[in-house]
Amino acid sequence: MPAAARFARLSATLRGMSSAELVPLVIFAGFALVPFAAAFGPQAYILDLFTRVMIFAIAALGLDLIVGYGALVSFGHAAFVGLGAYATGILAAHGVNEALVALPLALAVATLFAVATGIVCLRTQGVYFIMITLAFGQMAYFTASSLAPYGGDDGLTIHVRNAVAGFAILGSNRTLYYVVLACLLGCYLLCRAVVASRFGRVFRGARENPTRLAAIGFDVYRYQLVAYAISGALGGLAGFLLANQTEFVSPAYMSWQRSGELIIMIVLGGIGRLHGAIIGAIAFLLIEEWLSGVTEHWKMIFGPFLVLVVVFARGGLIGAWNEIATRLRRG
Amino acid sequence: MAETIPEPVLRLDGLRKNFGGLTVTDGVTFEVAGGELHAVIGPNGAGKTTLINQISGLLAPDAGRIVFCGRDITALPMSARAALGLARSFQITSILPAFSALENVALAVQARSGSSFRFFGRADAEPALNDGAMAALAEVGLGGRADVPAGHLSHGEKRALELAIALAMEPKLLLLDEPMAGAGREETERLVAVLARLKGRFPMVLVEHDMTAVFALADRISVLIYGRILASGAPDAVRADPAVITAYLGDEME
Repeated sequence: MPAAARFARLSATLRGMSSAELVPLVIFAGFALVPFAAAFGPQAYILDLFTRVMIFAIAALGLDLIVGYGALVSFGHAAFVGLGAYATGILAAHGVNEALVALPLALAVATLFAVATGIVCLRTQGVYFIMITLAFGQMAYFTASSLAPYGGDDGLTIHVRNAVAGFAILGSNRTLYYVVLACLLGCYLLCRAVVASRFGRVFRGARENPTRLAAIGFDVYRYQLVAYAISGALGGLAGFLLANQTEFVSPAYMSWQRSGELIIMIVLGGIGRLHGAIIGAIAFLLIEEWLSGVTEHWKMIFGPFLVLVVVFARGGLIGAWNEIATRLRRG
Repeated sequence: MAETIPEPVLRLDGLRKNFGGLTVTDGVTFEVAGGELHAVIGPNGAGKTTLINQISGLLAPDAGRIVFCGRDITALPMSARAALGLARSFQITSILPAFSALENVALAVQARSGSSFRFFGRADAEPALNDGAMAALAEVGLGGRADVPAGHLSHGEKRALELAIALAMEPKLLLLDEPMAGAGREETERLVAVLARLKGRFPMVLVEHDMTAVFALADRISVLIYGRILASGAPDAVRADPAVITAYLGDEME
């Protein structure tokens, strides 16, 4: 019975894994299977919804990197997504629809914005950091709104999705779905590596006790700036993907409400776990989709729900799940 | 090594610091020679911690110069001074409570061994960092507590961890701000024994209230009162100094 033996070995391996390893595995396996499951339902709709979920999960991952591991609560994170999207959209408006040009530009613009604003923001702490990142976010929003040649308030339609090295593969929603999934997986693995690396250790230590870090010889500010730039780059990637998926770019992508939603996602999923950001993006967008179908005042239901999660499950949905699992095991 | 440095390790030159109208450091001038343990004593509010904070770079002096290993470091930030080999411990324990004891010290080893702008490879799996950290932990008697989160250590163990972090930096000068603060008698005795072992290996500036410890350890003692150096010299000379007895030691030495 080789099949049974293989299954036994697999289940033994799975049982030996911690929830921090098992949960991401389940999430990504689930994402990989969505297109197959979608075939039994409204396929285009499901594919579209989950592509969107994964794009926001990338932006939320970037945010969790700095909020969860550095206690740098950025309230202007949607600006990075918007900048990545606008870089892609503006190139397309000028007839450049090559991903090998648009993607590096989207990443560069978002990263540069992160460095330029981070130099100022990271001089402040706590509530001042929140306010100043919000201010920079709003600055980007109003700048985009006033770009008359690129649609101003109305936004900008992208007539054809990016080609990759000349091949128009992103035109297929199914291919785009898997490209986005690959990007999400790559970003997740990157963030995990960064958090555990030498750099990540200094960055995490700076959250715990910046004075101690300075006293052993680390210029904390430089590490925070680099982390902020990485976070911004992930936002830029999400923006590039979002512009391609929706074939549209709008100032609304960088509104402060959008920044708030990204924060809600990571709080909902559980801060400082990385896969919490992904779970949060899934939960937020699915609840939004479902509730907004029930009533247009869906935020009146979602608001109290979020309050309950924050009050009763400090670690977000993952925290709540761990709590329940522990209690069940104890009987 | 100490003999090859002609210049004192640390020289303070007319250091002055005011907090509003209050002069907390009032023209302090002193030197620490290589291999020397220089104790700074004085009553509460004499400005001892303020002095250590200026040497380490946590506070900027209003006037005066700080020269470390022949280099003027008065304008350098704390992290740059630490990178030059100036290590300090804090009077109020300053550790990373969520990190394990080992990781607290490994981070200090990491600070002096290569770039920390490395984004791949697990830092906690680097043998060089862990070995260096284990050696420093063993030195202060925390070898068996490496995996305990620093926040869960006893107060005395946290004091020892402070010391291990400073040691792991392989410093050229150790600034110890009341390393025994709040520790019990047994813990204090253990820490004094550790300091006695370290003496001679690192030059040290020791701020301490425990006079038994100070007179047992110090090569030289400076007495600080109202931000001024009242007397400075060998322990016996300081102990016999009439001004010091009147101003400070009097009741404690009876």
